[in-house]
Amino acid sequence: MNLDVAVLLCGVAALLGTSVLAIAVSRHRSATRLVYSATLGISAVLLALAVGHLATDATATSTVALPLGLPWIGARFHLDALATFFLVVVNLGGAASSLYGLGYGLHESAPHRVLPFFPAFLAGMNLVLLADDAFTFLLSWEFMSLASWLLVMAHHRDQDNRRAGYIYLVMASFGTFALLLAFGLLSGSSGDYTFEAIRAGGPTPLVAAAVLGLMLLGAGSKAGLVPLHVWLPLAHPAAPSHVSALMSGVMTKVAVYGFIRVVFDLLGPPSWWSGVVVLFFGGLTAVLGILHALMEKDLKRLLAYSTIENIGIIFVSLGLALAFGANAMGWAAALALTAALFHVLNHAFFKSLLFFGAGAVLTATGERDMEKLGGLIHRMPLTSFVFLVGCVAISALPPFNGFVSEWLAFQAVLQSPDLPQWALKVMVPAVGGLLALSAALAAACFVKAFGITFLGRPRSAAVERAQEVDRCSLAAMFILASLCLLAGILPGVVIDGLAPVTLSLVGTRMPPQMTQPWLSIVPIAESRSSYNGLLVFLFIAVSASLAAYAIHRFASRALRRGPAWGCGFQDIGPSGQYTAVSFAQPLRRVFAFAFRASEEVDMPAPGSTVPARLTVTMHDLAWEWLYVPITDAVDYAIERLNYLQFLTIRSYLSLVFVYLVALLLALTLWP
Amino acid sequence: MAMITEFAVQGAQMMLVLLLAPLLTGFVRKTKARLLQRRGPSLLQPYRDLLRLMRKEVVLADNASWLFRVSPYLIFAATWVAAALIPTFATGLTFSWTADLIAIVALLGSARFFLALAGMDVGTSFGGIGSSREVMIASLAEPAMLLIVFSLALVAGATQLSTIAAFMNSPQAGLRVSLGMSLIALVIVAIAENGRIPVDNPATHLELTMVHEAMILEYSGRHLAMIEFATFLKLLLYMSLISCVFMPWGLVAPGSPPALYLVGALAYLGKLTLGGFLLAVFETAIAKMRVFRVPDFLGVALMLALLGTLLLFVSRSL
Repeated sequence: MNLDVAVLLCGVAALLGTSVLAIAVSRHRSATRLVYSATLGISAVLLALAVGHLATDATATSTVALPLGLPWIGARFHLDALATFFLVVVNLGGAASSLYGLGYGLHESAPHRVLPFFPAFLAGMNLVLLADDAFTFLLSWEFMSLASWLLVMAHHRDQDNRRAGYIYLVMASFGTFALLLAFGLLSGSSGDYTFEAIRAGGPTPLVAAAVLGLMLLGAGSKAGLVPLHVWLPLAHPAAPSHVSALMSGVMTKVAVYGFIRVVFDLLGPPSWWSGVVVLFFGGLTAVLGILHALMEKDLKRLLAYSTIENIGIIFVSLGLALAFGANAMGWAAALALTAALFHVLNHAFFKSLLFFGAGAVLTATGERDMEKLGGLIHRMPLTSFVFLVGCVAISALPPFNGFVSEWLAFQAVLQSPDLPQWALKVMVPAVGGLLALSAALAAACFVKAFGITFLGRPRSAAVERAQEVDRCSLAAMFILASLCLLAGILPGVVIDGLAPVTLSLVGTRMPPQMTQPWLSIVPIAESRSSYNGLLVFLFIAVSASLAAYAIHRFASRALRRGPAWGCGFQDIGPSGQYTAVSFAQPLRRVFAFAFRASEEVDMPAPGSTVPARLTVTMHDLAWEWLYVPITDAVDYAIERLNYLQFLTIRSYLSLVFVYLVALLLALTLWP
Repeated sequence: MAMITEFAVQGAQMMLVLLLAPLLTGFVRKTKARLLQRRGPSLLQPYRDLLRLMRKEVVLADNASWLFRVSPYLIFAATWVAAALIPTFATGLTFSWTADLIAIVALLGSARFFLALAGMDVGTSFGGIGSSREVMIASLAEPAMLLIVFSLALVAGATQLSTIAAFMNSPQAGLRVSLGMSLIALVIVAIAENGRIPVDNPATHLELTMVHEAMILEYSGRHLAMIEFATFLKLLLYMSLISCVFMPWGLVAPGSPPALYLVGALAYLGKLTLGGFLLAVFETAIAKMRVFRVPDFLGVALMLALLGTLLLFVSRSL
């Protein structure tokens, strides 16, 4: 089957049509159902087309040029293996969110602020992937940003949401501005904006360096690279949960796509130091992201911070791929790139799942604050089960999918001593250590997320009334949870599916995995390393069942319920439990330097009945060291320049005169 | 026929770790008692404890969920699988290609994940304190462990334990600085992961410094038996790992005559005895640390492991 761009563009047009339709009917009672059914249908069709294309005929490409947009340029769209893979990610997320929205959307207080923009957001993301010239790309990118901004502002009466929306808008404009400059530099001399011409151009090293930096700013700010991550934990939780899932699980992936498209495809052969830069920011992002997540007590903010960590992992793998690519180690570059793309897919699975779970908790209890939750495993058994699957998967534990991509990344790290550059030799093991640290911290973070939210005893009355969510939401979560398991126990299928992408970007692919005995994955050679998710899963399942069987066959089956042991106290009540803040306390102390965290205990005098208080202060250093100085500088400049507003005519004229003289002088002195 | 023999050897391996694990713990306890001039319990006491626990009824806290009841089996299974994948008396077993060292570390991570969750399930402050400290220790020990794996993998050119053991057995291995660093780091990680003195005290129950025992305070009966068994297995696992990598003598290569398997098994028993004895001596000689000193202790392991890996990146011969 040869998939044509035109077919996909029809899908995008259908999404935009749905958007227009939604504006018309959004106040109607059945609008929610109608819109989400339509987006579900369209996304499912696009997903099926993209999967089919990737599985059968991924190397085939097709191009369409539409007479829209700028004169002489038009709008060019193109489909290749890379775009197809990301189309799978986007439309899978889109279909899952639509299915979830069918149920969740009914609880929406202001559907007319969500429904029209949801299909538009999906259309924007699809268009970015298909764009084949700089103008179309930037236009689609901006369309995607604005649609998601409107969704963030859906509940605009909330002060926090307005602030989130404002910061998001500023960061998104800044990101697009950086991308604009990057594409300007790329098409510079020829002035031809098509990707084909840019690819043929071949930039000078200086231009390549500038473009890499601008892409890190532009795509990095959208993806959430530290220190450009500050908007993400504000904006992602502000939107309705299925939109949060799309923004965190999918839109950040579109940003990764933009980075890969420009740096791996358009920029030509990489230089080795680009690997160093990307590795540095990737490692920093991974560790800082998860440390912030660990300190968080708002469930959706925790998930947003964890997205930052996952983006870091992806960028570490991309950095490795760049370093290997620059040193003509094609197979190692293919391994690293496969790890990055595999993680892109995995993160779309489990982060969407976790945001859906957070949305379910929000619907059932009206709470996002983990300190007011607890014990939900009794009230929402199905939701808690799938949320647990998501937590295990995102913590990179076997036999789930997160482990496989992490394992591939570690295998790529182990290929690095052959790199000739000293900077990389020193850098890669350190970043490998950071990767391991972030994986361990992620497990700690999700023990906290699940343990505080779902286990223990209810901490508020809202939880006592909680009920299981509707079937559509559950179906969406169960599908994603099974995908997490499937990708974990049959990783060979995914790796082979990614082969055309790596083939087109770095010229080689990993060895075929589906031909390995027992469906193992073997990146290089069996004597070096191999992993078999299916057998690990079966082993655990069999030995757990054996143990359970033996116990229930031979041991006592007596069981008695009794009160929990309270160290001699009769009943301390739910407030005696560990909270999210207390759970994170040991790690907060260990990593205090990363947030300048401090704890203050206000202990009343003996005999006093005043409650003791513990105050914890933490700082986001990126915010305080980077953004506050910038805003301060801007404020200062504005205040100074304001002076110019109140000059006399004479002063204005002399100012203009001085300016003209200075300009002419500069022009004559210019070499 | 060859297939059946291979499966038999693999099965023997799985049963061997299961049967030996309580004995090892019993041996360590006995040696510690003797070193303190006490008589100590019998070597077989851990087996008796397990049987007694299994015969007792389970007292389940009122609001314990299904996760609390499923976790012991999952913890046991994950630990058992990980222990069965480490070469004890023979390398190259049928299923040893299922998972490499990274996956074994992650399997232990899965077991710990569920243990920490189970600690929080009942909703008492004891469980919470245990889980929170456990994840703190783990998030420092696990990266150190992975960096040790990196070092080993760079020296031996593989993350497969069988290949690593074969390499360490060959004259190519030699004495290397980074291997020495890895060994020290691995011992520290093993002590922390098993909750031994000075990180945690496996013999205490009502003390605010405890970690592992606080998490499992609510467990009883068969559930506790499973968790205790997993703890025994984990100690055996780390001993096997250290001996397989740093003392690979006597490991039988695949396809050897049956007599060699006996030699391999005897060598393995000898290594366990030595390891158990050294652990007992170490634990008798040292005092328990404050919880917030543990990060410093593990920091040493992390630094050593990182330095070892860095040295290998810089020069393959170190």
